Amino acid sequence: MVLVKFDNFSFKYIGAETLALRKIDLTIEEGEYVVITGPSGCGKTTLCRAINGLVPQFHRGYIAGHVYVDSHDTRENEVAKLSTIAGMVFQQPENQLVTLNVEKEIAFGPENLGVPPDEIRSRVEEAIQLFNLEQLRQKHPHEMSGGEQQRVALASILAMKPRILIADEPTSNLDPKSAESILKILCYLNKQGMTVILVEHRLDLVSQDASRIILMNEGSIVADGDPREILTLEVCNEIGIGIPKAIQIYRRLKQNGITLPEVPLSGHELAKLVKEVSQA
Amino acid sequence: MIMLENVQFAYEGIYSALRGVSLQINTGERIAIMGTNGAGKTTLIKHINGLLRPQNGRVFLDERNTAHMSVAEIAREVGLVFQNPDHQLFLDTVEKEILFGLKKLGFSEEEAKERSSSTLEKLGLTDLIERSPFSLSGGERKRVALASVLASHPRILALDEPTIGQDALQKRYLAELLMEMNEAGKTVIVVTHDIEFVIEYFPRTIAMADGQIIADGLTGMVLSNSKVQELCSLTSPQMTQAAKALASYFPTVSDRMTQLDELEATITQILEGGRI
Repeated sequence: MVLVKFDNFSFKYIGAETLALRKIDLTIEEGEYVVITGPSGCGKTTLCRAINGLVPQFHRGYIAGHVYVDSHDTRENEVAKLSTIAGMVFQQPENQLVTLNVEKEIAFGPENLGVPPDEIRSRVEEAIQLFNLEQLRQKHPHEMSGGEQQRVALASILAMKPRILIADEPTSNLDPKSAESILKILCYLNKQGMTVILVEHRLDLVSQDASRIILMNEGSIVADGDPREILTLEVCNEIGIGIPKAIQIYRRLKQNGITLPEVPLSGHELAKLVKEVSQA
Repeated sequence: MIMLENVQFAYEGIYSALRGVSLQINTGERIAIMGTNGAGKTTLIKHINGLLRPQNGRVFLDERNTAHMSVAEIAREVGLVFQNPDHQLFLDTVEKEILFGLKKLGFSEEEAKERSSSTLEKLGLTDLIERSPFSLSGGERKRVALASVLASHPRILALDEPTIGQDALQKRYLAELLMEMNEAGKTVIVVTHDIEFVIEYFPRTIAMADGQIIADGLTGMVLSNSKVQELCSLTSPQMTQAAKALASYFPTVSDRMTQLDELEATITQILEGGRI
């Protein structure tokens, strides 16, 4: 089932000289795990905002074309309505946190959607379990580290039970272990049926989980497909995408006449392939 | 030279952020500080530029005890770039933002303009000079915040998470600029979670957890140490993961490799030279 559909959509922020998005055509099916990557300023964040309706409902500007989220045209539906379909976590979690403690923060979204109190309580508990927030329950968001704040931000978005989770570089403030645990949660949520749209530069961390990678440059989609195909395209080097090191080794070996049978997305895959070839 | 002697600090006297940190950073070093969220990394570098003062212990810049220096005095020598650029940016164009600090530090109009434009160029921001920082992308705002500090050429640069929101190309430009400043004698200190960035550009790494320094040494040694990884919430660098997996198949392979070249050579040897 199609959850997100961009139909020849373009957008320019008020006061900006260039289009942030240029004639985007894109379809995302329910249950996909899509990683969006591309140079800084290429339109990744705008694309995310266009999915949850912040563009054009909050960020105004010149619009052409349409975006449909679960068949709702984002031009005609308020962010409040779209937020129950597509929840978004931003680059800076502390810009997103508004209340005095973690429980209230998680309850804030569902309260504003008019969810009954009992249901809110059970959602808060569920989120505290899933994100391992028990120790932080009564803490003020500003007493927490960036990583803890991001876990709270994610928990508070998921408490609104969206069908699509949009995460805009959710791990960049996190220590590597916490980053790994957030990515594991995203992967788990995706396996439970959640559609995940993740903006990320560090592809070595996420390309194994993704079902699809979308490459953007200057407001356009320049490549879209299976991670192993996309990350070996020449265009990645041309626009400066950070190719995972395992793939860099694959390419270097290939130049030197050693071809591994598959493109490795991680160190483990690389080692396995080397073992296979050495035994062949 | 920067020296911290048994520095202790607790926010509001309760939340212990540094529990006795001692450390020496020599002039001209490039050093990365890594570790668990909440380990005290940001608190540590705020002590280096005097934004925070030790509740116990001492901080020295060269031979001077910073307790006797004002923040303004220290700021001339130590440039700090915050993690969140929104805490730092407040003017309505990128250029004004850069010129503001330079003028405050007493540079002439002409000198300020020259430094501003050369720094903006190196960070790929020249085209954005008239834009409002708030209309820029997260990665661009981050670079504006970096530029506003780098332009003053402080002797010591302390950068809190400089690579957040940066794509591979911007990261390389930033690294090249930092290397250039380092070769000119500046000390460069970064707080970061970006393992691959550290491996490529920083010879020394300090790993922290729970307000203390757990390890301090050569980057490859620190980051490939599984005990340190566990204590400081670090994960194996991608090449160390590959090395560990390779070592489980080929027992003579070292499981402590961190660099691409080492891995490539090892794999080539396995596949072309027979078993090693």
